[in-house]
Amino acid sequence: MRPWYARNLAKAAFFATALFLAPFFLPNEYYINILILGGINALIALGLNLLLGYAGQISLGHAAFFGLAAYATAVATTRLGLPIPVGMGLGVSLSALVAWLIGMPTLRLRGHYLAMATLGFGIIVHIVMNETVEVTGGPSGFVGIPRLALLGFSFDSDRSYYYLVAAVLALAALFSLNLIDSRVGRALRAIHTSESAAQTAGVDIAGYKLFVFVLSAAFAGVAGVLYAHFLCFVAPSSFGFHFSVQLVVMVVLGGMASVWGAMAGAFFLTALPEALRGFEEVDILIYGAILVACVMYMPMGMAGAAAGVWRRIGRLRRGRVPGQGEGGHVG
Amino acid sequence: MLALENVDIFHGRIHAVRRVSLHVDPGEIVALIGANGAGKTTLLGAISGLVRVGGGRILHKGDAIQTLSPDAVVRRGISQVPERRLVFGPLSVEDNLLLGAYTRRGRARKADVAADREAVYDMFPVLRDRKKQAAGTLSGGEQQMLAIGRALMARPSALLLDEPGMGLAPAVCKEIFRHIVKLRDERGLTVLLVEQNAKSALAVSDRGYVLETGRILLQGPSEELLANRDVQRAYLGRERDAL
Repeated sequence: MRPWYARNLAKAAFFATALFLAPFFLPNEYYINILILGGINALIALGLNLLLGYAGQISLGHAAFFGLAAYATAVATTRLGLPIPVGMGLGVSLSALVAWLIGMPTLRLRGHYLAMATLGFGIIVHIVMNETVEVTGGPSGFVGIPRLALLGFSFDSDRSYYYLVAAVLALAALFSLNLIDSRVGRALRAIHTSESAAQTAGVDIAGYKLFVFVLSAAFAGVAGVLYAHFLCFVAPSSFGFHFSVQLVVMVVLGGMASVWGAMAGAFFLTALPEALRGFEEVDILIYGAILVACVMYMPMGMAGAAAGVWRRIGRLRRGRVPGQGEGGHVG
Repeated sequence: MLALENVDIFHGRIHAVRRVSLHVDPGEIVALIGANGAGKTTLLGAISGLVRVGGGRILHKGDAIQTLSPDAVVRRGISQVPERRLVFGPLSVEDNLLLGAYTRRGRARKADVAADREAVYDMFPVLRDRKKQAAGTLSGGEQQMLAIGRALMARPSALLLDEPGMGLAPAVCKEIFRHIVKLRDERGLTVLLVEQNAKSALAVSDRGYVLETGRILLQGPSEELLANRDVQRAYLGRERDAL
């Protein structure tokens, strides 16, 4: 067996190349902006996919982890005057720590307690962002966050920032793929299939759920600090319940339990409203219709549909109809 | 090896198991028989740490284990083959077996685990033929073999089996029981076997306990239980023979 770091390297390298080439096919900088936001959303969706698609736990408060990290680095780098890397580290750690505190009691219970706890948590965070005007700037937002600069290099142009986000995303995808193929990933899929059976096999299910929950919050945290130092402005409206639901939709639409699906779903849902701008007042109707159509015609999500097409091509090439398709997970 | 002392278990307000005491000696096959709802599965759950006891003690090699978590129980060498098999359907046969070895980790153990996997394949060759197949696509008998193989991957010294014959054709059921006896004979495994099918269970076990509505009603060597009129009437459907 290949060493852990060499697994899935080819897939990740292909993905990184695609991300690298993408800007050359885009007509102007505005599209790069959308790609950056898509990449940031894809990062959150990757983490949420590990939690939702593999461990079978729903978080309805991921927007809050995203926002918490964004605000933490905003406050640290301006009001406290800390260097940007320190602020970013603080942001990610805060998201992870809070997730640990929420997960500790709730993940010991069976059922959808995590969904309820994160739902409440998301609303509380949103209220705090709005009300603590002295710290967060309140509903009008937090201005004056410095643009990212690391090791003397300032990511001033959108293109340079895009490549940073692309690099982080490619690494996160590689990490996720390797995690799923590892011992931990096997445990997660076991938990998703049957908690009792996983327990009788000796899997510490509460421990693994907590680990994945904290990990997915950390992913959201990384996305949050990248977001804050990209827009240089954060406001509570970006981190509300609506966005939490949208993140879940990204994962489900992309295809549960698929790394590629989650990212595809995130890019798709980020770009879709932009593509519909031209329809002005009916855009939200078309948006809804497209989502309904996706669920009707791609019940297994984008990843499931892609796998189906792939199988059909294979069948045509072999010129016969094989028996049952293989089960298991995609990507 | 394994002993229950005055164990009480409650499901909410229902007193599911009432002051049950039983013991399983090393290398023994002990059958626990009783009708649906007698509390058999609940008792196995308590030993595995899946169900909390309301009173009494569960001893393994002299230590009380009733407060341990399920994974700690597995690490102590007690594995359960759960009711309805509960194989991980979407995962491959091979992944299912690897999950059974979940509590054994580290590089040095890797070769051991691979050897154990081969031993399971030698025991159930049909699993080797299907190792890449999703476990959910196997037949009932094959899934039962996989569930047993998965439990063995933890290298247990005691095996708890919950209705291994459920829903299987008589011939397949017989084969499963034959393997259970073989495991005891060849590996010295201690077995606690829960069954509704009293006849097959008592045929392969050394001793048996009869559980009814949460209480131990009868206990003794399996031949005696097989010959007992109450057992015959209640579980073997031989009322007319006895008269």
